[in-house]
Amino acid sequence: MFGRLTIEALPFYSAIAASGAAMVVGGALLVAIVITWLKGWVYLWKEWLTSVDHKRIGAMYVILALIMLLRGFVDAIMMRAQQAMALNSGGYLPPEHFDQIFSSHGTIMIFFMAMPFMTGLLNIAVPLQIGTRDVAFPFLNSLSLWLAASGAGLVMISLVIGKFSTAGWTGYPPYSGIQYSPGVGVDYWIWALLISGVGSTLSGINFVVTIIKRRAPGMTLMRMTPFVWTALCTSVLMAFAFPALTVACGLLALDRLLGMHFFTNELGGNMMNYVNLFWIWGHPEVYILILPAFGVFSEVVATFSRKRLFGYESLVYATAAIALLSFTVWLHHFFTMGSSANVNAFFGVTTMVIAVPTGVKVFNWLLTMYRGRITFHPSMLWTVGFVATFVIGGMTGVLLAVPPVDFLMHNTTFLVAHFHNMIIPGVLFGYLAGYMYWFPKAFGFEMNRPWGTAAFWFWIVGFYLAFMPLYVLGLMGMPRRMEQYNDPSWQPWLVAASMGAVLIMIGIACLIMQVIVSIRDRKRNADVTGDPYDGRTLEWATSSPPPVYNFAVLPEVRDREPLLDMKERGVTYAPPSRYHDIEIPKNSPVGVIMGGLSFVFGFAMVWWIWWLAILCGLAMWAVMIWRSSDDETEYVLVAEEVERLEKARYRALEAAKAARS
Amino acid sequence: MKQAVVTVRCAAIALLAFLAGGCDRLVVLNPKGPVADAERGLMIDAFTVMMLVVVPIIVMAFWFAWRYRAGGSARYEPTWAYSVKVDAVVWLIPALIVIAVAVLLWRSTHKLDPYREIASTNPPLDVQVVAQDWKWLFIYPEQGVASVNQLAIPAGRPISLRITSDTVMNSFYVPALAGQIYAMAGMQTRLQILADKPGKFVGRNTQYSGGGFSDQFFEVVAMSQADFDAWVAKAKQAPGKLDPPTYAKLAERSRLNPIVQYSAVEPKLFDTIIDKYTGGHQAHGQTLTAPARR
Repeated sequence: MFGRLTIEALPFYSAIAASGAAMVVGGALLVAIVITWLKGWVYLWKEWLTSVDHKRIGAMYVILALIMLLRGFVDAIMMRAQQAMALNSGGYLPPEHFDQIFSSHGTIMIFFMAMPFMTGLLNIAVPLQIGTRDVAFPFLNSLSLWLAASGAGLVMISLVIGKFSTAGWTGYPPYSGIQYSPGVGVDYWIWALLISGVGSTLSGINFVVTIIKRRAPGMTLMRMTPFVWTALCTSVLMAFAFPALTVACGLLALDRLLGMHFFTNELGGNMMNYVNLFWIWGHPEVYILILPAFGVFSEVVATFSRKRLFGYESLVYATAAIALLSFTVWLHHFFTMGSSANVNAFFGVTTMVIAVPTGVKVFNWLLTMYRGRITFHPSMLWTVGFVATFVIGGMTGVLLAVPPVDFLMHNTTFLVAHFHNMIIPGVLFGYLAGYMYWFPKAFGFEMNRPWGTAAFWFWIVGFYLAFMPLYVLGLMGMPRRMEQYNDPSWQPWLVAASMGAVLIMIGIACLIMQVIVSIRDRKRNADVTGDPYDGRTLEWATSSPPPVYNFAVLPEVRDREPLLDMKERGVTYAPPSRYHDIEIPKNSPVGVIMGGLSFVFGFAMVWWIWWLAILCGLAMWAVMIWRSSDDETEYVLVAEEVERLEKARYRALEAAKAARS
Repeated sequence: MKQAVVTVRCAAIALLAFLAGGCDRLVVLNPKGPVADAERGLMIDAFTVMMLVVVPIIVMAFWFAWRYRAGGSARYEPTWAYSVKVDAVVWLIPALIVIAVAVLLWRSTHKLDPYREIASTNPPLDVQVVAQDWKWLFIYPEQGVASVNQLAIPAGRPISLRITSDTVMNSFYVPALAGQIYAMAGMQTRLQILADKPGKFVGRNTQYSGGGFSDQFFEVVAMSQADFDAWVAKAKQAPGKLDPPTYAKLAERSRLNPIVQYSAVEPKLFDTIIDKYTGGHQAHGQTLTAPARR
């Protein structure tokens, strides 16, 4: 009846595991109680969960990402604490628990923190920046969100029912095969990735089509903002790279479920086929994450230097070059498999070639600051901190691209330090900069700056303290993923690294305080004009938050910085001569329902509850048929209603202007 | 330019020497054999070349941020957004550095190919390495002995390793002597090491392999040829013999195995371990990712 699910799956075997489960269940209950107390369920369902509006979907993606950031960080600080104390002793975590933690940390941070954060920022900013009313496929967008949430839900529930994978976030066979990992952990990992991976592929397709087909009149490709360019490249990469991950995980699932041997030696299978497939997705993934962050930095640096972005065309070509090259380097993740010197040297050189366009971008940001007028909004702090820190990670990356150096440093904490040195300043700082930058656009009020500034300083100092020691430990020959060790000279460095994690924890606390204080002061910091930073691009041309249709009349674009151009021509807030009816996609519960069904489906596959899996599969199929035969997915907002909304906005603008003068 | 390279290089070496001298534990910077030494030298060279661009960028990030702050008196040119000359320089600097490092990379990757035997007047010693859960087995085919968790080698003589795994993927790593290489079931990889002088070094598995992973280390003992001969003679006296039942017992999961020697080894044991996974589909030496190359 329940497959291999028994009462043993509950985490009463260990106090730490049980308290982790209690936190998940307690947190979910607390949220449910607060929503019930606020009588918010109907509002939440009608306005948010079933919404197909890109701005709301974007906000929900970012909320999902921030929740998962907390979970991923708890994993991180638990690992740091374990390694700080585990000299010649077991520390406080047994190996099988420590191994789950490093696996879930990586899985969560990449798939359920970084990916949703990135997709959320794309959702919030891209349609506004290209001057359109929504993404090309609004319902598909909602579906992608709920597939991502469903994958995240599977990872979270593995804390409560059963265990998570111990095979690391990369899940290499044969360790991740059924012979060496018979439990449910690897299955949780596989199904979380399969379900959310489909969502990411769909998001990629959605944004490619949106950017290609839905730009405002006059917005040629070379007038798109740098963020939209990075979004386009990232979306192309998502659409092409994620299927490789889906295939790799799917074949691994077949190996585990049906005794096939794609990745085990019997019958001619080979583990390195998995490793190749995984990294054919995995390396483009690095750029999927980092390109939009580069885009954010480009926006932020121009806005807060009050200057045109330097070398726009160079930047665009550099972005496209990085996107193309990202598919040519995957083998550098396993130089140590024993391939020939020619193969290794080829992939080493292609890897280093990526450093050229990346270096160009760094110079472009610096030259944008040059002869600018820089104000230090927290977003700008993240940007400057990123430039100074990222080059160190880039440098160690080029070192690791040299195969004989990689032989020495691979699988050590040097490698761990390197990729955190890319992903924390490069990806996370970029997303946090974008989050603080576009927050007023999404919610209609600015974020508190002092708390944002404090968060930045704790994060960056904490980052250096947490990861520079890992470079040193790598040079001492310390492998990654050690649950305990016997070399006393490692301990001081590990203690220092754990102190760094504590500083980052304070940084995260500052981020939480910033949200609380910002909501408290929302009236005072309201963004009435929709243009809090004297911006240059189209998202600042509409109100904050924008109306459901974004722009009453689609803007005419004549320049690379359309809003600045409008301001210079003095036509910024000129009301149009007449308004038109606007077609708007209706909210749909199908996205949430599909997400819920895929969650139960994944859960059933993990526990071998076949009847439930079949039932869910049929239900998903039926729901999709029902949705496909629904011909009334849009409603019309009549011109009078648009006019009423717009007039209210112009009155508010006038009032704000009067109040200021 | 050349002068600058020399200066930065000297500074880098001084800094690293300080770190290395101050702390012997930075094993990667204190190599004990020619392979690790060459790999370390390569790392320092690449590091030095890159400092030419890394340091200016860090300086510029802080300097520009401060100099062009709002409220400062520096020049403000809001529309200055392009210059062909600057753009050319911006592409050229990273390109030149990458070309320099790429040349270094291409040559060194061939020179330090782990399959290429070390040139030496001494004949190489063959050792076969088997990764198990969670220990390492070393088979000396010429001497007919085997050893668990201890790799004894004669100093000054090239050691030619053939490596496989009788469990999940492992990675064989003796940082003082050479970089690592994967050990994979059903496949054979190769690695060349040489210890300049007698000494004891730590070796490890670096590829996570399950619950006993943290305990999976071994010692490498480099000794004079005479001492090595004595070591072999002593191993010949060991009570255990590595016949199939003993091997099967040894291959079971165990942690912190004591160092053990075996006085005899089943012939072709290493090949048998590989063939076990390939089911005889592949002729020996024709394994998938690791063809035997000359």
